[in-house]
Amino acid sequence: MKATVWAGRNSVEVREVPDPSILSRRDAIVRITSTAICGSDLHLVDGYIPTMQNGDVMGHEFMGEVVEVGPGVPPDRLRPGDRVVVPFPIACGACAACASELYSCCENSNPNAGIAEKMFGHPVAGIFGYSHLTGGFAGGQAQYARVPFADVGPLKITSDLSDEQVLFLSDILPTGYMGAEMCDIQPSDVVAVWGAGPVGQFAMDSARALGAAAVIAIDKEPYRLRMAAEAGHIPVDFTEVDVRSQLLELTGGRGPDKCIDAVGMEAVHGASHIHAYDRLKQAARLETDRPHALRQAILSCRSGGIVSVIGVYGGFIDKFPAGAWMNRALTLRTGQCHVHRYMQPLLERIERGELDPTRIITHRLSLDEAPHGYDIFKNKQDDCEKVVLTP
Amino acid sequence: MEVTGTTTIRRPVSEVFAFWRRLENLSMFMEQLDDVRTTGERTSHWRSSAPFGRNVEWDAEITEDVTGERLGWRSSAGAELPNAGVVIFAPAPDGISTEIHVAMEYDIPGGEAGKAIAKFFGDEPSQQLDDDLRRLKQLLETGEIVRSDGAPWGKRAREEFPQRPAQPLTPEERKEVLGS
Repeated sequence: MKATVWAGRNSVEVREVPDPSILSRRDAIVRITSTAICGSDLHLVDGYIPTMQNGDVMGHEFMGEVVEVGPGVPPDRLRPGDRVVVPFPIACGACAACASELYSCCENSNPNAGIAEKMFGHPVAGIFGYSHLTGGFAGGQAQYARVPFADVGPLKITSDLSDEQVLFLSDILPTGYMGAEMCDIQPSDVVAVWGAGPVGQFAMDSARALGAAAVIAIDKEPYRLRMAAEAGHIPVDFTEVDVRSQLLELTGGRGPDKCIDAVGMEAVHGASHIHAYDRLKQAARLETDRPHALRQAILSCRSGGIVSVIGVYGGFIDKFPAGAWMNRALTLRTGQCHVHRYMQPLLERIERGELDPTRIITHRLSLDEAPHGYDIFKNKQDDCEKVVLTP
Repeated sequence: MEVTGTTTIRRPVSEVFAFWRRLENLSMFMEQLDDVRTTGERTSHWRSSAPFGRNVEWDAEITEDVTGERLGWRSSAGAELPNAGVVIFAPAPDGISTEIHVAMEYDIPGGEAGKAIAKFFGDEPSQQLDDDLRRLKQLLETGEIVRSDGAPWGKRAREEFPQRPAQPLTPEERKEVLGS
């Protein structure tokens, strides 16, 4: 089959690889009908997530048709012919983490848990196409994928919703939604979201769906800010204004009640000397992540507010504003999304027309064009917000 | 040398104890063990290929057997690698799970064999036991040892990096990995 593979830093290729097969009793094989490139895939391409290997199949946002199931998958749960969306974390459904609906912290789905444990203190779940640290599972930017614990993860789609309407249930819609949910949104809340990429856009839509009074979008790309404004959110361009001052202005001096970091480890700072400081430390591997958005969110949030982090961090950061965080009684909440928890309720929101995930799609390409898709998405060319690939 | 390890398994104490007490099961998750055969009420025969690159066999006897609480064993006189172990089973505070605490002791001999063993255990002698316990947890909680494309070997962990790339196995590799 054809698959998008990691071919070294800054290099993605479409190659011919073996077809997947059932390796474990609870596996399914899915013929992929739609898949997408995620912002977190760029962290892999840019070389910031360790333990990638040449030939790793990429992609953790995918859906398709079940073509084969292992003997451990009950037929009433999944059978060939079913149309499914696959959540990006792999979860066993039986451990204490899964029992607490902390699916992205599954204790059994990562065969390389020993390595993850050394890096993070405790292991994390397996993730499709996302380095050997999270298991070394082949991803879904391909024609077929093997889905372990298929009796737990995949969401069956029985209605006639299109692929584009449900594909993002695999990751970015639940991720954005969880970012907003962690904010415990009250009707009087002003919510500020750093990053108007796909996850940020969905965090904004979710904050509004959960009842926020107003939602602010912080980014520097005019097309992303335009997209947020068209959806009814308030755009702030951090290259044109001082973000903290602007946020005070927009909130009568209070600061946003809730702040969401939908940027993560490769943030860009509006002041070039501050950006250079962290970029240099990152290049020299003195810190692994550039935390501008997180620092700014903490400093901007009103006292007693919540800072919700859904942007991906992989290692260590410097100059964490612990003083602001502690003295102003802020709550920091975070996590890789526990996708399984949100798929069904968000599917129902899509069916009711409360959320429209298709609004962020700007590019529809074939799998063969994946390297081009990565290129324009990474370099923010051609107003690229979200690339959907068809195998 | 003493090696200790612990894990919590979301299964009842009775089940976890019974699984371990059936010593034949140990080779399902302990990477070094090829097989264990019960030879009497308290005696068993153990066979291992790793870490020595050749077969090592020894007899062992159960020294403590308190159902649902404690299981101890030691190798019989004359074993090439004298060893002993004890596992303590205890209910976890959640009222559902079982904590197991393992302590194993190896009497590492001198000479070439001793060097090979010391080298195998390396700087982190507990890593092997940690990985074994992780596989035990997978077996009891999910029914099997998890396999990925990059690490498809199941019990034969081969965690050294680089692993094979995270792409599907060829039919030949699949046959090697699954043995069928």
